[in-house]
Amino acid sequence: MKFKKILPQFLTLLFIVLIFGFFTMNAQENMDTRGIEFGFGFLSKSASFDIQFSLIDYDGSMSYGRAYLVGLLNTLLVSFIGIILCTILGIIVGVARLSPNYLINKTASFYVEFFRNVPLLLQIFFWYFAALRALPMPEDAPLIFGSSYMTIKGLYTVAPIWNNFDVFFIALIIAMIIIFFFNKFAKRKQEKEGKQYPKFLISLGIFIILPSLTFLIGGVDLSWSFPELKQLAKTSFTFDGGMGIPPELIALTLALTLYTATFIAENVRAGIQGVGKGQKEAAASIGLTPSQVLKLVIMPQALRIIIPPTTNQYLNLTKNSSLAAAIAYPDLVLVFAGTAMMQTGRAIEIVGITMATYLTISLTISMFMNWYNKRIAIQEK
Amino acid sequence: MFKYLKQLTSLVAMVAVLFTFTTETMAAKKSKTLKNTQKKGFVRCGVSQGLPGFSNADAAGNWTGVDVDVCRAVAAAVLGDANKVKFTPLSAKERFTALTSGEIDILSRNTTWTLSRDADIGLTFVGVNFYDGQGFMVRKDSGITSTSQFKNGISACTNIGTTTELNMRDFFNSKGISYTPVAFEKADEVVAAYDAGRCDTYTTDKSGLAAQRTKMTNPDDHMVLPETISKEPLGPVVRQGDSVWEDIVRWSLNTMIEAEEYGVTSANADMMKTSENPQIKRLVGAEGEMGAAFGLDNEWNLRIIKQVGNYGESYKRNIADTGILPDRGPNELWTKGGILYVPPSR
Repeated sequence: MKFKKILPQFLTLLFIVLIFGFFTMNAQENMDTRGIEFGFGFLSKSASFDIQFSLIDYDGSMSYGRAYLVGLLNTLLVSFIGIILCTILGIIVGVARLSPNYLINKTASFYVEFFRNVPLLLQIFFWYFAALRALPMPEDAPLIFGSSYMTIKGLYTVAPIWNNFDVFFIALIIAMIIIFFFNKFAKRKQEKEGKQYPKFLISLGIFIILPSLTFLIGGVDLSWSFPELKQLAKTSFTFDGGMGIPPELIALTLALTLYTATFIAENVRAGIQGVGKGQKEAAASIGLTPSQVLKLVIMPQALRIIIPPTTNQYLNLTKNSSLAAAIAYPDLVLVFAGTAMMQTGRAIEIVGITMATYLTISLTISMFMNWYNKRIAIQEK
Repeated sequence: MFKYLKQLTSLVAMVAVLFTFTTETMAAKKSKTLKNTQKKGFVRCGVSQGLPGFSNADAAGNWTGVDVDVCRAVAAAVLGDANKVKFTPLSAKERFTALTSGEIDILSRNTTWTLSRDADIGLTFVGVNFYDGQGFMVRKDSGITSTSQFKNGISACTNIGTTTELNMRDFFNSKGISYTPVAFEKADEVVAAYDAGRCDTYTTDKSGLAAQRTKMTNPDDHMVLPETISKEPLGPVVRQGDSVWEDIVRWSLNTMIEAEEYGVTSANADMMKTSENPQIKRLVGAEGEMGAAFGLDNEWNLRIIKQVGNYGESYKRNIADTGILPDRGPNELWTKGGILYVPPSR
C-alpha cells in the first residue's frame, strides 16, 4: 500500500532529475565543442565600461562583480521607490473609486481602466520619449522651487553635503528603537489600565528632536550644493554641482508606478468592500469615532483581503523593472545581463546569476509580506 | 600486479588518444553545419535590426546591404540560390548567443573582430568585409568641429554590448574628460534619444553614424566629426568547431573581393570562363577543383559572382549609391590605394 503511494512520486522525481541531467550534459557537451569554458572567474576581472548612474562609487577600472552590484542597487532603487509610490497612489485611487462624488469616482475608474489595459513597455516608451520631446533643453529650463531644474537631460536639484553624517544616522536609528519600545509600552499600558497616550505625536516628536540634537552637540553639519548651468559648446549646456536624476529613472518610475497602482487600487477597493456593512454600524453603535472605526475595525479586516494580492503586485513591479533596458536605465539586466554578458560572452553564468538574483529579491519580498500577513491575520483563540 | 595496472592504463590512454584522433579527422571531413544547411534548404544568417547599407529590410521584407550579401554569397555557393537565406535580426546583445547556441549559422552584422571575441567566447572570425573606426556625431549648431572641443560633463548616447562602450571609455579617460554614457539596447532608441536632445553626442562606428544620420528628423542638422578613435574591422563570424563551414564562409567573402580585383563582375562572369588568365579561370570554376575541398561542386564561386556580384558591385549598390559613404576610403582594393587584400584562390 505504502509502496503504491511512493512509486509515482519516486518516478516523477527521477524524471525531473533525468531531464535536468540531460540539459546539463547537453550544455556541457556543446560548450566543450565550441571551446567555451564555464566559470565565475570573470567576476573579478576589470569591467572596463562605464555606467551612467550609480549609487556607489564605480568606474570602469573596477570589476564585473562591482558592476553587478551597481546594477543590482539600481534595480532595488527603482523597485523600492516604485513600491512606495504605487502603494500610496493605489490606496488613494482605491478609496476614490468608492467615493460617492461622481467626478472623483469616474476619474478614478477611468484612470484604472486606461492604465492597466495598455502594455507596460509601451507606457515606458511613452513616458520616456514623450517627456524627452516635451522637456526643455538645460539652458531654457525654468527654476522650480528656487532650487531645481527639470530638463531633457534629467532633473537637477540640490544635493545635501553632510559633515559627520554617521552621528546623525546613528541618532536616527536610536530614535527608531526608542519609538518601537515606547509603542510597546503604551500598548501594554492601554491593555492593563485603559490609559491612552497620543502615540503618534510623541513618536513624531522623538523622531524629529533626537536627530536634530546632533546638529547642536554632535558636530553634524549640513549644507546644500546647488546645480549651476554650464556651457559645453555654443548650443549645448548641462548642469554642474547639485544632484542629477536621469530622465530614464524618472520615466521608468513613473510608468511602473502608474501601471502597478491600478492593480493595487482594485485590491484596496475589494478589501474595503469585502468588510461587512454590519461591522461599521456595530462599531459606530458602541461609540467609536469615524476615524477609530476606520483604523480599528475596517482596516484590520480589509488588510487581510488586500495584502496577498498586493504582494503579487510588488513582485510584478520588481520584475517589470527589468524593462529598463529599453530606455537606457542601467539596471541589473542592462548592465549585467547586457553589457557584461556581451563583453565576457559568459551567457550561461550571467543569466544564471541574474535569475538567481531576481529569485532572491522576489522571495525576500514575499517572505516579508507573508510575515506581515500572518501578523495581521485573525488570531484564533 | 602494479606492473599490469600500469600497462593497462597506458593501453586505455592510447586507445582514448587514438579514438579522439579518428573522430577529429572524421569531423573535419564532414561539416555538420553544411549538412544541416543543405538539408534545410536555406542559410541561417544573423543580421542587424536595421542599419542602412549593411543590413536593412525594406517595407516588403527584402534584406539588402554588404553584410547581407555575404550570407547571400554563401547561399549561392552552398545551395545554388542567393535568395535561399533566412535572416534573423539581432540586437548587439543577442548576436553572439544566437550564434553559439546554433540559432543561426553565420553572423554577418557589422561585428568588430577583437582578440577576446575570437579567442574567448566560442566564435571564429573569418575575415573583414568593412574596415571601420569609431567616431562621434554632433549637432552642427553646437559649433563643435573636433573632439578636442569636448568638455567635462558631456553626455554620449550609444548602444550596449558593443566595442563602442569600451572605446568611448578609453577615449574620454585618455583625454581626462568626465562624461555620462547613456547606453540603449537598440539602435533605434539611441537615434531617437540623441535626436530629441538627450545627449550632446552620438558615438558608434563611423559607417553606422553615416547610415543612422539618414534616419534623423533633419539629417543636415548633424555632422560626423573627423577624428577616428579606434580600429573596427567588421566581418562575418561563425561558430568555433566547424572548420569546413568556416572555410566556406571565408572563401565566399574572399571570392567576392578577388573577383573585383580581377575585374570579374556579375555581368561578365560567364564570358570569363574562356579567359587566358588561369587565376580568373579558377575564380569562375573553369580550372582546378576549387570546390572539392569544401564538399562543393566546381562552380560555387561562379554562382557567387553571377548572383551576388563582386565586392565593388555590392559596395556601390548598398553603400555608395545610397549616399551613405560614397568614398570607399580604406575599403578600396590594395591595388587602388585601399587595404582590401585577400589570399589567392588557388
